Amino acid sequence: MGSEAKGLALSAVDPRAAAAGLTPGLPLAEARGQVPGLVSLQADPAGDRAALTRLASWCGRYSPWTAPDGEHDQEGAAGAMIDASGCAHLFGGEAAMLADLVARLERLGFTARAAMAETPGAAWAVARFATTAATPWRIVPPGALRRALAPLPPAALRIGAAEAETLHRLGLRSIGELETIPTAALAARLGRGVARRLDQALGRLEDPIDPLRHRTPLEVRRGFGEPIGRREDLAAAIESLAAALCRRLEESGEGARRLMLVLHRVDGTLQEVTLGTSRATRDPAHLKRLFAERLDGLDPGFGVEIMTLAARAAESLTARQTGFMRERDRTVDLSGLPELVDRLESRLGAGMVTRPRACESYLPERAVAAAPPFVTAYPAAFAKGPPRPLRLLDRPQPIEATALLPDYPPVQYRWRRLLHRVSKADGPERIAPEWWREIAAGATARDYFRIESEEGRRSWLFRAQGRWYLHGAFA
Amino acid sequence: MRHEGENEVTLAELRARIRRLEAGGAAEGGRAVWPLGAAALDAALPGGGLARAAVHEVLPARTEADDGPAAGFALAVLGRLMRQVSGPLLWIARRQDLYPPALGGFGVDPARLLLARAGDDAAALWSMEEALRCPAVAAAVAEVNGFDRTAARRLQLAAEAGGVTGLLLLRRHVAPRGRQDPSAAQTRWRIGALPSRDGGIAGLPGKPRWRVELLRVRGGVPGDFEVEWDDATADFTLAAPFRDGAAATGKRARSG
Repeated sequence: MGSEAKGLALSAVDPRAAAAGLTPGLPLAEARGQVPGLVSLQADPAGDRAALTRLASWCGRYSPWTAPDGEHDQEGAAGAMIDASGCAHLFGGEAAMLADLVARLERLGFTARAAMAETPGAAWAVARFATTAATPWRIVPPGALRRALAPLPPAALRIGAAEAETLHRLGLRSIGELETIPTAALAARLGRGVARRLDQALGRLEDPIDPLRHRTPLEVRRGFGEPIGRREDLAAAIESLAAALCRRLEESGEGARRLMLVLHRVDGTLQEVTLGTSRATRDPAHLKRLFAERLDGLDPGFGVEIMTLAARAAESLTARQTGFMRERDRTVDLSGLPELVDRLESRLGAGMVTRPRACESYLPERAVAAAPPFVTAYPAAFAKGPPRPLRLLDRPQPIEATALLPDYPPVQYRWRRLLHRVSKADGPERIAPEWWREIAAGATARDYFRIESEEGRRSWLFRAQGRWYLHGAFA
Repeated sequence: MRHEGENEVTLAELRARIRRLEAGGAAEGGRAVWPLGAAALDAALPGGGLARAAVHEVLPARTEADDGPAAGFALAVLGRLMRQVSGPLLWIARRQDLYPPALGGFGVDPARLLLARAGDDAAALWSMEEALRCPAVAAAVAEVNGFDRTAARRLQLAAEAGGVTGLLLLRRHVAPRGRQDPSAAQTRWRIGALPSRDGGIAGLPGKPRWRVELLRVRGGVPGDFEVEWDDATADFTLAAPFRDGAAATGKRARSG
């Protein structure tokens, strides 16, 4: 039930309601009059879309290439497209795969229909118009497209309701009849849409599926006769997947930069684990260790039936200069370092291992940026200049300080309630704001002082607009 | 369960250690060291320097107040090591307040620095253990507020297994007595700030000066030193036994 301009109307009906003569679009009041005791629920299009996407992801157990498909459906019979090329043999053949698909969906509480054909359009048509409750799935053998489609109504061509209505009025009751009309005549009467759909269904026109995930040639999978759930079993499965994936990477001369592990659970839900590596890798032991860090976070639910492991971004392995060498030292072996960084990031979080990079900024807190651990060309070193503190507070702390004259260093300052008497000082070093971005924010020049207290504490203080701040500590 | 796991690791480490010893490695005390370049300090250390495949601890004499000097001493010591060994210096900390532009003054090239941000002490210690097992790393530093005996021992074994130098930099003052000494480290240093001598011109801060207490050292002589660091040459310019009224108090505190 959804709200339309004319008030509440039905947006979808279940088989029993359809049997009672109710159709989508019927005003709710009228429907209630026809069927007393009608149960209606508020339509939730966003929820439906999300559920459809989940369903399409779930179909990933059969193929890495799946897409939700719901835009052409009038009756709420939304579906999912699966590109099963080269996948059926994993499930004991096409028939076994479809039977498995339908049986599983029914166990999950869906009323499922499925078809396999050479074109997405034909599969769509056959699944919706040529299956029954008794034979919920059908396979269109190669070369039999035309024969399978001919008896189906034109609506099976994924066309709009208005177009279907026009065809009906023209007396065209089947795709077979429609095919006898010259394309030009069809286009003149109905526009290009119907002719295009017909060509797509018959495989005369490309009909690409827009996949949920971009097709990756590097995916390995394992199915389990009995669902697994024990930690050791999961670890063993991951190990064998990692080994298989690394063999594939080896063949293609690539390494993985991002990895995605998907657990297909018994209850139809998925768990995904994504990992990044700092450099391309195809070392099974390394992958195994990376996933071992995540093992505690895996929730097998009532059991895992299928696991897939995909290399999401693979790139050629190249040896790159790291810049971690001592001068004139080219001999040392830095292998093992990328693996270390990966393990650390796996535990500490992505992006938690970085290298400092010099930035062109006068502001001390902006002079350093974080770069990835492995960069091809290492940026220039930090500029030589006046002494800089060893510790820099990320935010300057306001302090009370007393100076005898403006532009003079303080004679004493208070930090965390302790009074420090200044015995030595150097400054001021004026650091001007970056006019191109600071002036608007009201920033002003800072006068920095390197000071030492009587007990030997060496700090970095500055004054800006008459106020004092502590910004860092020296050794 | 947990304890079993740890025992397994320990056992594996011990086997590795025995293998190394059997393979003709020198005895525990006589392994590779790197001298600090200050005669008074090196004389106190077995073999004339700090052991490479080991963990060393650096403590501030006072929380926060002496964090700068403690970090400075740690970097000064590591800078000497980095001249001899290739690979990155991994610096693991929760607070990212180490300021790389200052590192050059301690002989550490900021281009060889890898920073790791750890959420807590446990994550920092875990990261350090991983790093110590990776021979590609020159040295690993972990800034922590504290650690227990087990953690310290695991780190020491990892350092021996990987041949990597580890340095635990405490950000919090640790009482020298009142708690049992949990250290499995090769050396433990406590660093405090001392007023600098006038740097040429009166009234300007001079070279950083520290009171460096070698609280414990395996096979060496604990001591108490006055040390001055020259960041222009990246060298110790002075290291002499500490002679001051404070020395007596320091000694009392240690022997207590």
